Amino acid sequence: MSATGIGARVRRVEDQRFITGRGQYTDDIHRPYETYAYFVRSPHAHATIRGIDKKKAEKMPGVLAILTGDDVAKDKLGDLFCGWMVLSKDGSQMKAGSHPALAKGKVRYVGDHVAVVIAESLDQAKNAAAELKVDYGVLPAVADLNKARDPKSPQLHDNAPKNTVYEWVLGDAAAVDAAFKQAKHVTKIDIVNNRLIPNAIEPRAAIGEYEPGTDTYTLWSTSQNPHVLRLGLSAFIGLCPEHKFRVISPDVGGGFGSKIFIYPEETVCIWASKKVGRPVRWTAERSESFQADAHGRDHVTTAELALDGGGKMLALRVKTLANLGAYLSTFSSAVPTFLYAPLLSGQYVIPAIYCEVDGVYTNTAPVDAYRGAGRPEACYVIERIVEVAARELNMDPAELRRRNFVKSFPYQTPVASLYDAGDYKASLDKAIQLADYKNFGRRRQESERRGKRRGVGFASYIEACGVAPSNLAGALGCGVGLWESADIAVTPTGMVEVLTGSHSHGQGHETTFAQLVSDKLGIPMSHVSVIHGDTDKVQFGMGTYGSRSGPVGMSAIAVALDKVIAKGKQIAAHVLEAAEADIEFKDGKYKVAGTDKSAAFGEIALAAYVAHKFPTAHIEPGLKEHAFYDPTNFTFPAGTHICEVEIDPDTGATQVVNWVAVDDFGTVINPMIVEGQVHGGIAQGVGQALLEGCVYDSDGQLVTGSYMDYTMPRADNLPSFKVDYTVTKCPSNPLGMKGCGEAGAIAAPAALMNAITNAVGHEDVPMPATSRAVWHALQKSQRRKAAE
Amino acid sequence: MPTVALTVNGRKESVEVEPHTLLVQLLRSKLRLTGTHVGCDTSQCGACVVHVNGRAVKSCTLLALQVDGAEVTTIEGLAANGQLHPMQEAFRDNHGLQCGFCTPGMIMSAIDIVNRKGNDLNEHTIRDELEGNLCRCTGYHNIVKAIAAGAKAMKSVARAA
Repeated sequence: MSATGIGARVRRVEDQRFITGRGQYTDDIHRPYETYAYFVRSPHAHATIRGIDKKKAEKMPGVLAILTGDDVAKDKLGDLFCGWMVLSKDGSQMKAGSHPALAKGKVRYVGDHVAVVIAESLDQAKNAAAELKVDYGVLPAVADLNKARDPKSPQLHDNAPKNTVYEWVLGDAAAVDAAFKQAKHVTKIDIVNNRLIPNAIEPRAAIGEYEPGTDTYTLWSTSQNPHVLRLGLSAFIGLCPEHKFRVISPDVGGGFGSKIFIYPEETVCIWASKKVGRPVRWTAERSESFQADAHGRDHVTTAELALDGGGKMLALRVKTLANLGAYLSTFSSAVPTFLYAPLLSGQYVIPAIYCEVDGVYTNTAPVDAYRGAGRPEACYVIERIVEVAARELNMDPAELRRRNFVKSFPYQTPVASLYDAGDYKASLDKAIQLADYKNFGRRRQESERRGKRRGVGFASYIEACGVAPSNLAGALGCGVGLWESADIAVTPTGMVEVLTGSHSHGQGHETTFAQLVSDKLGIPMSHVSVIHGDTDKVQFGMGTYGSRSGPVGMSAIAVALDKVIAKGKQIAAHVLEAAEADIEFKDGKYKVAGTDKSAAFGEIALAAYVAHKFPTAHIEPGLKEHAFYDPTNFTFPAGTHICEVEIDPDTGATQVVNWVAVDDFGTVINPMIVEGQVHGGIAQGVGQALLEGCVYDSDGQLVTGSYMDYTMPRADNLPSFKVDYTVTKCPSNPLGMKGCGEAGAIAAPAALMNAITNAVGHEDVPMPATSRAVWHALQKSQRRKAAE
Repeated sequence: MPTVALTVNGRKESVEVEPHTLLVQLLRSKLRLTGTHVGCDTSQCGACVVHVNGRAVKSCTLLALQVDGAEVTTIEGLAANGQLHPMQEAFRDNHGLQCGFCTPGMIMSAIDIVNRKGNDLNEHTIRDELEGNLCRCTGYHNIVKAIAAGAKAMKSVARAA
């Protein structure tokens, strides 16, 4: 391993600008003659818009335009759309409700977009917005997932009776029923996967600019996938032809899924820039992020696991109700279906699985992918039920897992996933050793001596990332292919520009991608630059989400690099006056095998551009190659997290005192960066399990609408983490990589809730397990003991 | 409009502001020092932390008029003569940042913690003192390591000076 190659802990290239305050985030960019947009949002969860009186507002100082849903309709802007078709069990299509960029006739959640005021300054826009008179006819609202399909609840969209988006199923119901009849033991759990608000620390932002001289548009946006944003705004919303439209995602301050989607605000900024003839900028205030960023999770699930007398799993039956909010966001339909149920087999051989998912509308913000997207929900189901089953059977939870692990690969689950490689026992055993599990009893006694309760919990998670191949994604209903692109452009001086369709919003691509190039071409990392996030520079790409930049994005780079090396061989053969078959490329040099004749990569790059030494009729001048790479399968990262908690029974306060993560990510390019991804993922999972919970009241008012009300994990809520690896290479991509971005968020809630319920002594503890919730759970334990 | 005279990163500035202009707005919009970030509207996230007369403050919570005559240091003013501040270096060495958005506030808070609590900081103290800064990327693990290392490095630099 070289100092900067694959596997090296290289400090990040991008850090220089971030630690000196020279990052360029969307809100840091200013355009000449720019104007400010301020959105007027619905204060009601459900209401008709009987009229909007602009007269007074339009006369306010600095106002340039006030636009409403009528203007959107007049300009025939298409609806915001959901790009993943999900079919109900009766074969009918999901019921997508109309979603204009500015509401037309009706608002459906608090924060819904009613109008935009564009003015010379933000203050002026806000002042004018205060004078806009919107006449609402307030309707009854339904925010509670469990009440969405109640016949007495109001219906949000005319085409969705009982607010039902779809009734989707996966698996073999008859096989599951038959297996349950054979079962010696059945474990049943009822769980709620709490609703979360993503909260990237950089709020969403957009600047739209129309250039009349060339009839072109430029949008600066906090998007995780600028090309998909351009495609959506062009092809579906109909803003302008794709080739007349440039989208730039500069430095982006975290995404976690919430910046994948096509939102009303950026649509309005770019559309309005032509109407006012000047750039239009908008940056969300945090309260707007709380109201109108796509939220995550929000499932209610009943699950049953059938086991035989020896603790072998026979079948799993799962019924989930998923809240999709007031409108279908860009990929929302796929999250509780295709990104959820195919992972319900966990790391286990379960011969029969059947899952029903009903997706429903409520008067709440749209719900879409948030770090893990469906897979944390699946992990929470399977890893909670396995732990509960072990407790009911008086078995060590590790032993029950071991007894049921998938051990030979490839393994076809009954829920579509084809696991390609793994060694689940290896990661479990390593985690047990690192967590000093065998001495847990001693630590528990020690805690009890101090009047504390101690618990330990496992999560042996599996996830699927890098949804692939594209024809499979299409067969599952996805509206796009999920390949990735890469260009490797070598300059005459041997410097390398990597143009990638992946987008970094914290993942460190400028470093890891350069490491890959350095490793393959044998050149210093300082000779490599990584360019991303600009549709005028990178021709097309699918962006970054679902832990795909490593397995898919870097694979595309690897394939393009192979092409560069191959073309270099052709040129080197002429330069070194040898047969092409005799040319080897190693350590940054083209060599003639068996001789001391060689030319450095940079020399061949120069020769490629000078083009004097080879026949250009057969070999084109220049050195630039491209790859569109489509993997042959998903990748399946997996591992075991073990967590220990200590609870103060007087207050219910839970301290996470130990956390071990052993993950199998296949090939790791930069362990420092990968560990950082694991840390961050665990923190978000701990946040979900311990602190975070989005609350709407019965009228659909958002109760947790600021950092005063929504508890984000802070440094003192978390321990330091012990992170280690086991390695099985992924056979579905050339680098053997699996994704690492979501693993922590997938494993953590189950591990932590298993530990808390272990300490409390029963399973009835909801997420988030706040001090209050844990205290009440402990009182329940006391009452049970007293009753016994 | 009233005028505020202040020193920012060693440079004297005189800026016309509205009475309600916040310090962070003055820095970002008037002086184009965009390294200081805004991540919330309730003074919770700490992305906007700068030093005013040597003390860490949330610049979203001060009116520009309140800093008339003050010395303000922002993230852009930390490196001296092309040399990064030891805390900046420690964040890079320890991978204490990912998306970079909370980082300026984290670094400014971290230096303030060292100024108040000394150079030998244990994990508990660092975590406790970071209650005013939110990070969504790192899980704080490497931020805590970076601050401990930066604190030590500040001591050696001080000794060398």
